[in-house]
Amino acid sequence: MTQSFRLESGGLINRDKKISFKFNGKKYFGYEGDTLASALIANGVHLIGRSFKYHRPRGFFGAGVDEPYAIVQLYRNGETEPNIKATEQELFEGLEAKSVNCWPSVNFDVGAINNFLKIFLPAGFYYKTFMWPKSFWYKIYEPFIRRAAGLGTASIKHDKERYEHKYEYCDLLITGSGPSGLASAYSAAKNGAKVILAEDKSRFGGTLLTSEVNIGNQSGKEWADSIISELKEMPNVTVKNRSQVFGYYDHNMLVMSERISDHLPKTKKFHPKQRLWYIRAKEVLISSGSIERPIVFGNNDTPGVMLSSAAKEYLKVYGVLVGKKPLVFTNNDSGYETAIEFKKNGIDPIILDTRKEPQSEIIEEAKNMNINIKNSYVVVAAQGYKKVKSADVAKISDNKEELGSIENIECDCICVSGFWTPTIHLASQSGNKTKFNEDIDAFVPGISKQNEKTLGAANGIYTLEETLKDSFEKGNLLSKKITNNENKISFPNVVEKKSTVHDKFWCVPLPKGKNYKRFLDFQNDVAVSDIEIALKEGYRSIEHVKRYTTLGMATDQGKTSNLNGLQLVSKIENKVVPAVGHTTFRPPYSPVSIGAIVGREVGKHSKPTRKSPMHSWHEKNNAVFVDAGVWLRPRYYKRGEENLFEASKREARNVRTNVGVCDVTTLGKIDIKGPDAAELLNRVYTNAWLKLPIGKARYGVMLREDGIVMDDGTTTRISENHYHMTTTTAQAANVLSHLEYYLQLVWPELNVNVVSTTEQWAGAAIAGPKSREVLKKLFPKSDVSNEGLPFMGYMEADLFGVKAKIFRISFSGELAYEVNVESDNGYFMWEKIIEAGEEFGIQPYGTEALSTLRIEMGHVAGSELDGRTIPYDNSLEGLLSKKKDFIGKRSLSRKAFAVEDRQKIVGVVPLDKKTSIPEGSHLVKDSNAPLPNPKLGYISASCWSVEYDNPFSLAILKDGKNMIGKKLFVMSPLKNKVIPVEIVSSHYVDPKGERVRS
Amino acid sequence: MLHIKCPHCGMRSQNEFSYGGDATVKRPELGKEISDQDWDNFVYNRKSLRGKHWELWQHLSGCRQWIKVQRDTATHEIFKTLKANEEIS
Ligand SMILES: [Zn+2]
Repeated sequence: MTQSFRLESGGLINRDKKISFKFNGKKYFGYEGDTLASALIANGVHLIGRSFKYHRPRGFFGAGVDEPYAIVQLYRNGETEPNIKATEQELFEGLEAKSVNCWPSVNFDVGAINNFLKIFLPAGFYYKTFMWPKSFWYKIYEPFIRRAAGLGTASIKHDKERYEHKYEYCDLLITGSGPSGLASAYSAAKNGAKVILAEDKSRFGGTLLTSEVNIGNQSGKEWADSIISELKEMPNVTVKNRSQVFGYYDHNMLVMSERISDHLPKTKKFHPKQRLWYIRAKEVLISSGSIERPIVFGNNDTPGVMLSSAAKEYLKVYGVLVGKKPLVFTNNDSGYETAIEFKKNGIDPIILDTRKEPQSEIIEEAKNMNINIKNSYVVVAAQGYKKVKSADVAKISDNKEELGSIENIECDCICVSGFWTPTIHLASQSGNKTKFNEDIDAFVPGISKQNEKTLGAANGIYTLEETLKDSFEKGNLLSKKITNNENKISFPNVVEKKSTVHDKFWCVPLPKGKNYKRFLDFQNDVAVSDIEIALKEGYRSIEHVKRYTTLGMATDQGKTSNLNGLQLVSKIENKVVPAVGHTTFRPPYSPVSIGAIVGREVGKHSKPTRKSPMHSWHEKNNAVFVDAGVWLRPRYYKRGEENLFEASKREARNVRTNVGVCDVTTLGKIDIKGPDAAELLNRVYTNAWLKLPIGKARYGVMLREDGIVMDDGTTTRISENHYHMTTTTAQAANVLSHLEYYLQLVWPELNVNVVSTTEQWAGAAIAGPKSREVLKKLFPKSDVSNEGLPFMGYMEADLFGVKAKIFRISFSGELAYEVNVESDNGYFMWEKIIEAGEEFGIQPYGTEALSTLRIEMGHVAGSELDGRTIPYDNSLEGLLSKKKDFIGKRSLSRKAFAVEDRQKIVGVVPLDKKTSIPEGSHLVKDSNAPLPNPKLGYISASCWSVEYDNPFSLAILKDGKNMIGKKLFVMSPLKNKVIPVEIVSSHYVDPKGERVRS
Repeated sequence: MLHIKCPHCGMRSQNEFSYGGDATVKRPELGKEISDQDWDNFVYNRKSLRGKHWELWQHLSGCRQWIKVQRDTATHEIFKTLKANEEIS
């Protein structure tokens, strides 16, 4: 296929480089510098998809970010991406795109479609249609909504591309490289300010690329090029194209997405696909320009109806004709500029101007070129189905209410201009309360809330000279304030054609007896009639009307539809537009890919992985790891064909009979120093701490102020004013913040310092009846006898030349020690323990065996200290000091905590001594009781008791104190299990705690 | 993302901090008798104010100091920041 709509010459494309691409499976050619849209139009492709609700043919409407129609599914380098605007996607060799399988698709039930079409989807169709009948939900409504929720299909494959985040600080961030952006960036840069200039498109210059102006004896484009190349050379300036500032957040932070590789067939090695910039700017200059808005008329969604500015851009930037028989329908002078461009390229346009006798330099030029101009004329309706074939036009009365007789004009495109809407999104996001400007019939930024100023067309200033003057000045003033430096620039001579006022006309009345669909929102198929229905049904707030009708929703966020929607509401409601107000602008301005938002925080990079110094030993010895917070811990060490259950039983049994060793490096460790250290502990823990002797450890429980258990652990007095606190792995960070809170804010008079030493120490728990034998071999010079190192004792010792700390503490309930050495010596320590323990049958054990050991001992852990239990619930009430106050103590006397049948920890054993009890199951009295069956408690932790060789669980049970010996049922609807159980003491093994003292 | 001036470190982004609640709440003195109502007010009852509000933040990924920040809860404007030991005026 030839590029039959491409001009012989002209445009900014590189005609020396032909590019092949595919659309809907068919091969086409374009040029380097094309967008997918410009290349398709050049090839005469005008039908790009189907509309969202009514399945009407869709073509191109714009030439950039405002495009509501031309959304495609893109295929690039083996990946696919939905929601790509053909008007933004740059052409690359091998690009493939498909029309989005808009609803209804082939997969969709055909009968259902007919049903929907009968209803013909009026306003509020989401709400009305999906209410009934209920049986339609799964088969019809849900798939429908799911399909409708987005245009195109997201890939479910892992995204191999790389996305980056970048943080940047600057003096001035300037969003948009049109005349106002360039001028302000230039004067600010000359004053030495650190400037970031961001341009959404691939080419810098904005409207200067398409307008017939002269700046300092250069064409607009030449001037833009020279400014950009000068800015690029300046060390204090960052110039970025393909970069859209899409969000303005608090404290002058803006987020910009830079599309680094999307225009290339394949991302270069080590390059990201996109980069998200978090920019903290001292001053923000919004130079985002304006977007042309359409005039509403019958069948105005027919392919071939498009914005007049887009038609001009296709001509001037891409050398492409959007049609060969163009009709220009305008209420202002912009349409004339488009018509003039057509004429210059040998095409005869017809201009329909809603105004009666407008006069200006531009209009004069068009007249001099013998362009056919029909004043007081409107397009009543476009004719043609897949492409405009002709237009029904008519004269319109001065009051714009009466149409003359309908005439038909043959045309292949209708270029429409309803004047310009400032792009105020960023200003509005910043908190700026926008105001309505009667002169331009649109909202402009009002008083700044953050450090933002809006320039040029975005501020409703539509003449180049005024724009440049204002922008040079603002750039100069704001940068001077920051840099205290001023380099005045002489203002260039500006030549532009003068235009005259626009006509506030925006919607063509329906001719008698005709009922054309007149669309306001092209992406969502929202027609004038939909808004009328919504208002008739009582919707008043513009925010409600938006949600009810979907006006201004979806990927284009109503860039072309918002104002006309407001005009309509204000007309029906008989209010002025500012009284109706506009819906809130929220980031992002334009869709941002999820990959860019996530950045590098994917997979293993989503959080750090912490490994103990002994990790490689575990790896070498067949450890199967488990995530414990961000730590990787051995869950069990696999021997032969063992599974988790078998291995953990073996390991636990070996601890009970011989000796085991467990990596406990992950435990939180906090070093506490200072003369008031004991006092701090005494306030933080529930038990007494003032009299702990040096060289002794003590178990402690700490509460939150609301009386809930926060954490538990042992703290050891190393020397007079030095303590070593341990916390659970999970709570380590919270406990440190907790201590800092009280020391810094509540009791600053306490002379204590706390610091995390979790990473400084490697820890190994040596547990089992033979652990002392192992210790003796490890520390031959130290007295580790029961007298020399009694239960809860502490000593420093020499481990073959390495300094070690030995704590005689036990989580397993066996005679046990925890040995700590500096992290660098962790591996050495571990090897020595294994070596020394060999003759005693030592085996490493993982977290699964560790759990088994603690559960059958009734030692509480995270699953019981789950943020909902008080000390009593965990049978820790014996640790509550009556003599002193401590954090959370006062809460324990609250009534709810003192009820007679308060929950308490118990043990649970299945009656058959065989059936495993799923964690999280509920305890009930009667398994056959009608639902909802009253729940008495829940299973917090389950294990296979190696001591008794049967299942055993811990549970938090209502009135647990009086339930010992009772028979209940464990119910797990998830596992479909009902298990008769007996309630026993939570201290299932060694209830007197003799072993730890042996 | 807020930009918070840590009195120890200077202007830093919000993601270095963690929020710590109302800075005007005073913990009752240890060992002192207190009514249920007063205790509940200390532990649970907070006003969700619109407007200027003194709150606590901890510079968690920085100097680890708890600081006091006067912020407008509606506009996010930050007026003042204080060290932990400085009194709210
Ligand atoms: Zn700090």
